Amino acid sequence: MDIARTEVAEAVGAAEAAARRRGAALRGGLLVLPVVFFALFFAYPVAAIVARGLHVDGVWRLGQVGDVLEDPGIRHVLWFTFWQALASTALTLLIALPGAYVFARFDFRGKQVLRAVVTVPFVLPTVVVGTAFLALVGRGGLLDELWGVRLDTTVWAILLAHVFFNYAVVVRTVGGLWAQLDPRQEEAARVLGASRFAAWRQVTLPALAPAVAAAGLMVFLFTFTSFGVVQILGGPTFATLEVEIYRQTSEIFDLGTAAVLTIVQFLAVGAVLAVHARTVRRRESALRLVAPETTARRPRGRGQWALLGGVLVSIAVLLVLPLAVLVQRSFATPGGAGLGYYRALTRDDSGIFLVAPISAIGNSLQYALAATGIAVVVGSLAAVALTRRDAGRLVRGFDALLMLPLGVSAVTVGFGFLIALDEPPLDLRSSWILVPLAQALVGVPFVVRTMLPVLRAVDGRLREAAAVLGASPWRVWREVDLPIVRRALLVAAGFAFAVSLGEFGATVFIARPDNPTLPVAVARLLGRPGDLNYGQAMALSTILMVVCAVALLVLERLRTDRTGEF
Amino acid sequence: MNITKQVTALAVGLGLVTLSACGSGDGGSGSAADSKTVTLVSHDSWAVSKSVLAAFEKQSGYTVKVLKDGDAGQAVNKAILTKDNPQGDVFFGVDNTLLSRALDNGLFQSYEVKDADAILPAYRTDADKHRVTPIDTGDICVNYDKAWFSEHKLTPPGSFDDLVKPAYKDLLVTENASTSSPGLGFLLGSAAKYGDDGWSGYWTKLKANGVKVVDGWEQAYNEEFSGSAGGKKAKGDRPLVVSYASSPPAEVIFADPKPTTAPTGVATGTCFRQIEYAGLLSNAGNSAGGKALLDFLVGKTFQEDMPLNMFVYPVREGAQVPAEFTEFGPQAKDPETMDPAKIAAHRDQWVKSWTSLVLK
Repeated sequence: MDIARTEVAEAVGAAEAAARRRGAALRGGLLVLPVVFFALFFAYPVAAIVARGLHVDGVWRLGQVGDVLEDPGIRHVLWFTFWQALASTALTLLIALPGAYVFARFDFRGKQVLRAVVTVPFVLPTVVVGTAFLALVGRGGLLDELWGVRLDTTVWAILLAHVFFNYAVVVRTVGGLWAQLDPRQEEAARVLGASRFAAWRQVTLPALAPAVAAAGLMVFLFTFTSFGVVQILGGPTFATLEVEIYRQTSEIFDLGTAAVLTIVQFLAVGAVLAVHARTVRRRESALRLVAPETTARRPRGRGQWALLGGVLVSIAVLLVLPLAVLVQRSFATPGGAGLGYYRALTRDDSGIFLVAPISAIGNSLQYALAATGIAVVVGSLAAVALTRRDAGRLVRGFDALLMLPLGVSAVTVGFGFLIALDEPPLDLRSSWILVPLAQALVGVPFVVRTMLPVLRAVDGRLREAAAVLGASPWRVWREVDLPIVRRALLVAAGFAFAVSLGEFGATVFIARPDNPTLPVAVARLLGRPGDLNYGQAMALSTILMVVCAVALLVLERLRTDRTGEF
Repeated sequence: MNITKQVTALAVGLGLVTLSACGSGDGGSGSAADSKTVTLVSHDSWAVSKSVLAAFEKQSGYTVKVLKDGDAGQAVNKAILTKDNPQGDVFFGVDNTLLSRALDNGLFQSYEVKDADAILPAYRTDADKHRVTPIDTGDICVNYDKAWFSEHKLTPPGSFDDLVKPAYKDLLVTENASTSSPGLGFLLGSAAKYGDDGWSGYWTKLKANGVKVVDGWEQAYNEEFSGSAGGKKAKGDRPLVVSYASSPPAEVIFADPKPTTAPTGVATGTCFRQIEYAGLLSNAGNSAGGKALLDFLVGKTFQEDMPLNMFVYPVREGAQVPAEFTEFGPQAKDPETMDPAKIAAHRDQWVKSWTSLVLK
């Protein structure tokens, strides 16, 4: 008997060890493609351009690090970058958290459309955002006409534009979770005698805090690396680290200084991401979540209606109005409201593109589709590997690593592509695929972030049961995971698609003139004088906005059962 | 079930797109592998009429591929970074403010174009080594809003000196000299006019007279300037802007219906002359094709096509300038100029001093 028991125990142990080995091998297999993708199209190009700056004539010039960091001008940039990001984050949370609550807890007409609308700014390229925002806070903007207040070239314009840009991050991340917190827990606390505030503070707040922190960190990351918004609205007196890297690389051609600044930004972004990864993990600790449909209801009482009204007004003023100005300008032809600028988009006689500007729509869609394909494949593989319960610290670190492209300057990546991917077998400089690759870099983090929480929520026992019953790992994935995550997969694909459509920074470096993307075409049209060019830029921006809005609206219909982080 | 189908359809669709993406990519840098393709690397402002390019392709037998590489400074820097394994055969668009950076880095190899004698002598640079060929020229000048000045019964300024007069206080908007090429051009113009020591005094006065500095041409021209189409919509309130001598004709040509006179004019005493060059890249894969392309760029057809596409003037003697140009934006008679070597020697220091003088 004893012997038999030992034998059984040994057999079980051996089986478990074998399963662990298989698990590790499987995880390794899943990670091959994401690791290769990340190494080839991110780490290698960025390292190449940084090395080019610091490694001159065979000598490492590390002394430059000190020189650059001691420059008072650079210190000023560092300080400004830091505090404006902090202020932007605080302001965004302040304005967007009530929005998150309203979207989570209230049911009202047009909620889905509105949720898509508030996300549009987030996926629009900064050229368009900057132009839109100038129409609000610049000369002749709404503030100017009402109160004679102009904010262009003040730091307020930058802060408000960052709210405009990142509102959706807070609404989607915090609101997504909030909608799934069971309101009955708070009600139970109140029944037991807690005041409304105490119940909220002790029940809801702790559950929500990690989501708020994660959203805040993402907003901090995006505003810390802000480029277009600061360049267009800030005027020459304000520069973030990202703007300075662009200036040093692209205008002054001081690659050494640019390399040092890239490293500084890298370290800062890395620190933010490390904290983010911790918060996210904390948030995924067991919370009792319920379906969002069951928690939202029509607002009741004067207070709730006032809150809803206030949020709607803030959205109308801060988000809808700048976009509306773009639309209005796209129709404002010299002969009165009309489709003149849209018609002009179909003509190919301007010479800037060698093609009619309208063809940029087709190009953008093709690029974005290809980028989405790459991002979904790479991102899902990474997400599946990261979900496995035996994923070690190293693998979890990879999670944060995949987010790095969001925080590294597009000019660095663009220049890196240029000098790193220039020789066979990896000579991709004149290849069509380069644009989707660059766009996919930005899309992958969104796919991973959308898929991970959903995958982690799959009950491991279901998988084990299926495996015990003899299903192969592939079959387990198909029968257990896929049905649960297919919506998340579609949402991830949609988000990657929208982000790719709006990607500007890296695309502008590599897009070819005979197939410009929408944001590149807008930027080029804005770069020429004349009414027709300006009007066409507005018309193309409007089209881009509509395409993004439609993509996001489709996503609203496919919302996942569980929350993603964006 | 429905969703599974959607996922499958999406996956299949994406797979196809990705495949076709790879298929239609030309792979490789083209020129070395394919002697029938010649690649032109340029900046975003490069433009040509389709028919003119097609005629060259037909006559020469080469297919021209164009690679636009961002704004002028960025395009030059990228060309320098990739010079050992260049992206193309010919680079177009290095101007006199950046020429030395390109030449010092050995970006170009020598080639004397066929019609070298037809180029106006004033524009010939590097004439002994023929590493670059001038292609076009344009003036960076202060533009004014005609309607504003007639409404305020004020004569528009005509020279650098005028701009610091009290009558023109708070009217001028210019671009950041460290990030914008018209901004740099205007600074260099003032340095040419007032000398190495005098320019900073001029800018002190200009600052006291309320000059506004914005980052790029787009903001200055489309947002701040009251005379441009974009600026009118944005209710720009600065009637003076640093732009190009060709901007007034552009305001006419890109308007529908076309006005009979340009809404803006040029202060001809504030101009700095920019010259743009092209050259055969040092490690060009298809140098025969590159030479043919350079010959084409100084040829009469291209030189006469250029003005309405890129809003610059030809450098070829006798090349016709379109009527809109002569009518709405006459070229400055006596613009400021500066030797590229002198620009190279001082540019960084001047921009640095200018930044702390004007922006801080």
